[in-house]
Amino acid sequence: MAGNGRAWLVEAGLPARAGVGLKAEHYHAILDQRPDIGFFEIHAENYMGAGGPPHAYLSAIRDAYPISLHGVGLSIGALGPLDGAHLSRLRQVAERYEPGLFSEHLAWSTHDTAYYNDLLPVPYDRETLDRVCDHIDQVQEALGRRMLLENPSTYVAFEQSSMSELDFLREVVSRTGCGLLLDVNNVYVSAVNHQTSPEAYLDAFPFEAVGEIHLGGHAPDTDDEGGPLLIDAHDRAVDEAVWALYERVIERVGQVPTLVEWDNDVPEWSVLYGQAQAAEAIMASVSRSRRHAASA
Amino acid sequence: MQRPPELQEEFAEALLQPGNPVPAGVVGPNGKAAEKRFAVYRNNVAVSLTAALKSIFPAISALVGEEYFAALAREFIRRHPPSSSILADYGRDFGDFLDAFPPLANYPYLGDAARLERAWLDAYHAADATPLDAGELGSVPQERLGSTRIDLHPSARIVRSRWPVATIVEANRSGGAMPNLSAAGGEDVLVSRPALDVIVTRLAPGEAAFLAALGAGEALESAIASAFDGAASFDLASCLQRCLSTGAFLRLLPPA
Ligand SMILES: [Fe+2]
Repeated sequence: MAGNGRAWLVEAGLPARAGVGLKAEHYHAILDQRPDIGFFEIHAENYMGAGGPPHAYLSAIRDAYPISLHGVGLSIGALGPLDGAHLSRLRQVAERYEPGLFSEHLAWSTHDTAYYNDLLPVPYDRETLDRVCDHIDQVQEALGRRMLLENPSTYVAFEQSSMSELDFLREVVSRTGCGLLLDVNNVYVSAVNHQTSPEAYLDAFPFEAVGEIHLGGHAPDTDDEGGPLLIDAHDRAVDEAVWALYERVIERVGQVPTLVEWDNDVPEWSVLYGQAQAAEAIMASVSRSRRHAASA
Repeated sequence: MQRPPELQEEFAEALLQPGNPVPAGVVGPNGKAAEKRFAVYRNNVAVSLTAALKSIFPAISALVGEEYFAALAREFIRRHPPSSSILADYGRDFGDFLDAFPPLANYPYLGDAARLERAWLDAYHAADATPLDAGELGSVPQERLGSTRIDLHPSARIVRSRWPVATIVEANRSGGAMPNLSAAGGEDVLVSRPALDVIVTRLAPGEAAFLAALGAGEALESAIASAFDGAASFDLASCLQRCLSTGAFLRLLPPA
C-alpha cells in the first residue's frame, strides 16, 4: 500500500507533522532559534486586540511557519445564539493570518453576557445536537471554510443524554460537513473519568473526519468516591498512557498534523519542542514499520 | 407560560455560587452524585479568571499579597464575571470595585493603581501607529499654531491620582519599596506605546489637562488655556517635548 495519502489530510492545510501551541513565553526562542517544526497553533482570542507585541511577534512567526487557528471562546454548545461580534473578530484574525485550519470545541463557555473561561460540557441529546449543528453551520458560513470540532474532556455526565459522544460527533459531521479534531488526551481523561475504555472509544472513532490531533498533559485528582479523576490541565508533559493511545491512532490513520498543548506552568522552549519531536518520532516509526510491512 | 430553567442556566449560575447545589441531572458514572466532579468546573472558572486578573493587575496582587488577592478576585469574579471571551479586556471595573470595597477602606490608592495597570494593558494592545514627528509640529506656521488640533496616539492613556500612583505601581511590579504616602503628593501619569514597549511617564502640573483637552478635540490654544487653568506653572515647551518624546501625539489635524 502506498502509505497514508488520505484526501481529508490534504484538505487540512497543515503539514502532516507535529506542532505546538504558541506561547508568548517562547516568542524570542522561536525567532532566535528557528526550530524545525511543522506548525504553531494560536488561540484566536489572544490575537483579537488591535495591535501591539502579540501581533508583531505572531506576524514574524507566521512569515516562517504554518499557523493553525484554535478558538476557545466561541461557545458552540451555548444555549443562546453565537456572538456575532465575536464571530466577526474571528473572521478578522483568520483573514490576517490565513491559518491552515480552524478548530473549536464541543463545549460552551458563555451564558447570557457572562464568559466563564472554561470548556463546559453539553448533554448529548437531540435538542443540543440541533443547536450545535446550527452554530457550526454559522461558523463555517462566516469563515467561508470547513471547521474542525474537538472532542471534549469532561468530568460529569448528564442524565438527559440520549446518545453516546461518538454518535453525537458522527451526527454533527454528517449534518454540517465539519471535520473533527481528535484530542487523544481528552479521550483518555474522559474515559478514566467516566470509567469507560479509551481503546474502545478510539476504535469506533470516525477517523475519516479527523484533520488534526491534540496531545497534552493532565493532572490526577480523585472523585466523590475516591476513584481517579483526571483534570485536563495542560500543565505538564504528555502522559505515557496518552502516547500509547496516540501510537494506536497513528497506526490507524497514518500521519496527521499533531499538536502538543501546554498552557499552564509553561516550560522552557526546549522541553515543549522535545514533546513535538516525540510525536514526530512516533509518526516516523509507524510509517517505517508500515513500509516494512508493505515491502515484506 | 413560564419555562422551567434550562439546565445550562442552572449550571452557569452554580459555577459562580458555591452555595448552589449541583444542578439536577448532572452525574458521575452510573448516575452517582457528582459534587466533587462539579467542583472541578467551579475551580477551573475561579482559578483561571483569578490568574487572568493577576496577570492584568500584578502590582495590586503584590500590594495586598497573593492570598488576599485570590479572595478579592473571587469576590470580583462573582459580581463582575467577564463579559467578553477576550480576557485582555477583563477587569475594567476592578478599580471602581476596589474603591467601593469596604474592607479596603484604608487603602484608598488601590483603585487608582488598578486603573493605571488597566491603562498599561490597554496601551499594550492598542492599535499600532507611528507617532507624530517633532519636525512636523515645528513646521506649522506660528499664526496657525493656536488653531491646530492634535490627535492623540491610539495607545495614549491618562491616569490622574491624588496618590503617587506610578511610583506605587512601579514599586510593586518590581519588588521595590513603597513610597511614603503621607509625604508624597499625587501623580498624573501618561501611558503610551510609540513602538513595542509601553512607556509610563509622570506628567508635570497642567499637562494632564492639556492632553485631555487635545484628546477631546480642542485646538492647541484652548488646550493651553485648560492647562493654565489648573496650574500656573504650566510650561508649554517642556510639555510638547515630553508629548513628542513619549509618542503621545499621532498627527496634526486642520482647524475644526
Ligand atoms: Fe485540545
